[in-house]
Amino acid sequence: MKCDVCENEATVFLTQIINGQMTTVNLCEACSKAKGVTEETGFGLAEAFLSPSHRADSDMMEIVCNACGFTASQLKKIGRMGCPECYAAFRDGLDGLLRNMHKGTRHVGKRPSHLSVITPQLLPRQRNTVVAEAPPPPPVPAASPPPLAPDIAKLRAELDLAVSEERYEDAARLKSEIESLQPKASK
Amino acid sequence: MMRFATLIKNPADWMKGAGPHSDVVMTSRVRLARNLRGYPFPGFSQERQRIELLERARPVVEELPEMRDGYSEDYTDLSKIRKQVLVERHLVSREHAARSSGCAVVVDRKQSISIMINEEDHFRIQGIRPGLNLTSAFEVVDRVDTELEGLLPYAFDPKLGYLTACPTNLGTGMRASVMLHLPALVLTEQINPVIKAIGKIGLAVRGLYGEGTEALGNLFQISNQHTLGEAEPEIIAQIEKVIEGVVRSEVTARAKLKEDHQTMLRDQIGRAFAILRYAHILTSKEALNLLSMLRLGADLDLVGNCDRSLIDMLLLEIQPAHLQLNAARELSPEERDSMRAELTRARLQSIDGPGSFPTNQSNPGGTTSTPNDE
Repeated sequence: MKCDVCENEATVFLTQIINGQMTTVNLCEACSKAKGVTEETGFGLAEAFLSPSHRADSDMMEIVCNACGFTASQLKKIGRMGCPECYAAFRDGLDGLLRNMHKGTRHVGKRPSHLSVITPQLLPRQRNTVVAEAPPPPPVPAASPPPLAPDIAKLRAELDLAVSEERYEDAARLKSEIESLQPKASK
Repeated sequence: MMRFATLIKNPADWMKGAGPHSDVVMTSRVRLARNLRGYPFPGFSQERQRIELLERARPVVEELPEMRDGYSEDYTDLSKIRKQVLVERHLVSREHAARSSGCAVVVDRKQSISIMINEEDHFRIQGIRPGLNLTSAFEVVDRVDTELEGLLPYAFDPKLGYLTACPTNLGTGMRASVMLHLPALVLTEQINPVIKAIGKIGLAVRGLYGEGTEALGNLFQISNQHTLGEAEPEIIAQIEKVIEGVVRSEVTARAKLKEDHQTMLRDQIGRAFAILRYAHILTSKEALNLLSMLRLGADLDLVGNCDRSLIDMLLLEIQPAHLQLNAARELSPEERDSMRAELTRARLQSIDGPGSFPTNQSNPGGTTSTPNDE
């Protein structure tokens, strides 16, 4: 079959259903890239989160990010995360997704020189059971997110942890960060 | 701080200067996506959260040594036309320009660094250099990024790298892209295999203004798609190697055109010049395509007295928002086409035009806007 745009052999076949109207597009590799249809963001994610293995154990369980309230369904829909902590919340299936998208699954490039950084793995995860017939989450993400857990409270918790683990450099940094936030809050 | 008018009056470093392979490579750009922890990504945050981040981050960004005395503007204070001018100058993305409250851009005095706040990520740090020079563009943003990381708490994971709103940017958060002018590969119909080959090795090819835009004026953008699993210098070295190959093909195609199809080439360039020099109505598309031919003519010494930078400036000046800014009002598409033609006629007055004349005149074009010392 020939590509709908140029004369090359089509290798990408796209079927889209919008409002019950089905359209089929046949594209060669170059044209599909040029049109951006092979952007993994939409498809790869859908695949990763709808893979049979995942579906089997989920029976309508909805994973939710504790930090920002972002849900797996929203992720599937928009192909983007809600906040940095989402990477920990939605880590299942992430490796496969990243493997399709990138050269590897492990970062080997630049690192902040002082590792004053979060390790999202520390954050607990939450699974909310959603009834099978539950209505889909509101389509407009901006309307639904609950407010973030107060920044300062979270930093305090991290500070406590840092102290208990005798990571004093981190603790000092967290302390100054909390202090830098406080005048802002009272402004 | 610098005013908008001052920013626009002065051509950026990368518009005036020449870099390696400037005849084929217009610009090299590198951008880093960075986020702060404790805040949702801009696409999933509430307006007050974006404003809070902006109020915290913008003063820090403005005070970076590189950005001091630069241009900094909150999007709520910026008109649609002005935002579009920034897009046309590649200082901000189309996506960022479409946003408003809680967004800002900070540009350094030389217009070689721009930092978008609350784009798809909290920060998009961009460096832009003339010609093929991704390494230099990266060095600039790398330095700014290192300064910023000492002042604000970045969202970084040891395994996943810099955490970004979209998993396609995860890891280095780096997109390195090069803008190429490839008229000879298009004329000789070699462009499709080239694009196909580039796509196969994991690089993306796009039009003038990024994703989903048409390759007007024979301008193509090539950038990396993978950001995780490779270090920044490796990614840059790979792109530069590929681009050098594309540059060689384009140069060879140009030489071949000049040698084997001299008459056709002179005809195309002559027609381009004639229309640009005398037309009274010019659409954006027509102007870009004709200017591309004229640029090719200038590069091959087939157009007398024509400075390449004059054409590159004109490529910017004829864009819709630049025309409207110049006219100080909104223009209908018809008005734009006629003002575009007027401006082009005026700018090309100093060019002798293509012909069978000796090409050893070294007098550079005289009607470019006079340098401004503020």
